[in-house]
Amino acid sequence: MIKLEQVNKYYGELHVLKDVNLEVKEGEKLVIIGPSGSGKSTTVRCMNFLEEPTSGNVYINGEKLTNRNKTKLIRDNLSMVFQQFNLYPHMSVLKNLTLAPMKLQHKTKKEAEKLAYHYLEVVGLSDKAHVYPTTLSGGQQQRIAIARALCAQSRIILFDEPTSALDPETIQEVLDVMIKLAKENITMVVVTHEMGFARQVADRIVFMADGQIIEEGTPEHFFENPENERVKQFLGKIIR
Amino acid sequence: MSGIFSGGAWAKVWLYRDTFIKGFLNTILVSAAAVLLSLAIGIILGLMATSGKKLFKGISRVYVEIIQNTPLLLQICFLYYAMAFSGHSMGIIPAGMISVGIYHGAYMAEVVRAGISSIPKGQAEAAAASGFGYLGKMFYIILPQSIKIILPPMVNQVVNVIKNTSCLYIIGGADLISLTYSFVTGANTGGAYAPAYLISGLLFFIICFPLSKVAGIWEARLKLRDRR
Ligand SMILES: Nc1ncnc2c1ncn2[C@@H]1O[C@H](COP(=O)(O)OP(=O)(O)OP(=O)(O)O)[C@@H](O)[C@H]1O
Ligand SMILES: [Mg+2]
Repeated sequence: MIKLEQVNKYYGELHVLKDVNLEVKEGEKLVIIGPSGSGKSTTVRCMNFLEEPTSGNVYINGEKLTNRNKTKLIRDNLSMVFQQFNLYPHMSVLKNLTLAPMKLQHKTKKEAEKLAYHYLEVVGLSDKAHVYPTTLSGGQQQRIAIARALCAQSRIILFDEPTSALDPETIQEVLDVMIKLAKENITMVVVTHEMGFARQVADRIVFMADGQIIEEGTPEHFFENPENERVKQFLGKIIR
Repeated sequence: MSGIFSGGAWAKVWLYRDTFIKGFLNTILVSAAAVLLSLAIGIILGLMATSGKKLFKGISRVYVEIIQNTPLLLQICFLYYAMAFSGHSMGIIPAGMISVGIYHGAYMAEVVRAGISSIPKGQAEAAAASGFGYLGKMFYIILPQSIKIILPPMVNQVVNVIKNTSCLYIIGGADLISLTYSFVTGANTGGAYAPAYLISGLLFFIICFPLSKVAGIWEARLKLRDRR
């Protein structure tokens, strides 16, 4: 479904991703964890070319992602949920949800709105269709952002720390939606510090440090007997 | 000779009112064309400046710096006389339209650039991550948000365009300022300085003042809205 092959990323002199190889299978829930600055966001952002790798290749569905085909490949396969939600503030919630389906997938207004109401119900915000995003709480905005991603009906959704900008009391409402999603056959790549969530939904966890994947395995492996010293330290600090 | 209170001077201005009307219309004509040209240049260069492509950014930057750091008078003379002496003489009015348009294009470009840059990066990223290309991203997401920020300073630029048509004077222009000057210094018409310049000023004021006011109110509203 997604494959990173020998991906390197430099910001000027700074070597941020070092020969990253990673394959995500169809329907897989992959969780990426690791300390701050280790390259988790950069890895995920290379998957939809928000960052272009300095070298190496990215494949979506077996097709090599390039600057030329990226809009089409993204349109057909990928959505993303951001830490800062990035809803469009000049549009109502409903417009936020129907924009891409109408303009990119050429659905009629009626089809797009039907889809939008369906996913608003999935995230539990059916009553918010006509309000503007800035009037909503962070947790609600993020659920709308998830609904927006779902409206594209992509087979892959990337999440970059979807709960890190939220108040503690609203984190769970977003995680609950994501847990619900995880039951579907959607491919999910999630960068998160929520270890409970990782343990519950991940098929596989990868741990990044200094731009490299230094350990990967099932949640059981990670939380019961991680091998790498840095992983042990990190998990010790986070879970306590 | 004739001060503000000389009835004769006012009568002379009234007698030659066609001169002022003609100058006024020429100023409006030059302004309108210059505004259109500056808008076209401003939008194109503003988009280039925010395109993220080094070459485009560079071209836009060089244009803006050269135009903003040389006097408009020089640019007008350059265009008019350089063209005239190379055998491609153009009329005063077209020369005015083009040079004022080019000059204010640089300022419009900065207005557009600033407006687009003020939109958080996440907006463009969300659009790109949904599969919008450059045009879709700009049209549906970035421009609708930046237009409110761009419009007030853009209207201010229109006011500046109108006032700067007075620079046509240097090439013997037919705009309001030039014709007013010819009037007050003319052999037959000369002398009525105060009334002539008051009328001329008044004509500028009745166009520029409402525009500035609109821009000002707009800007105040924006600030108010942002505070909420
Ligand atoms: N646009 C950029 N320009 C320069 N350096 C960058 C840029 N984006 C990221 N970096 C650097 O690259 C490194 C990896 O960043 P990245 O955001 O991928 O880390 P992360 O694992 O997601 O961290 P966090 O948990 O803090 O989000 C960091 O050192 C960061 O400072
Ligand atoms: Mg990050």
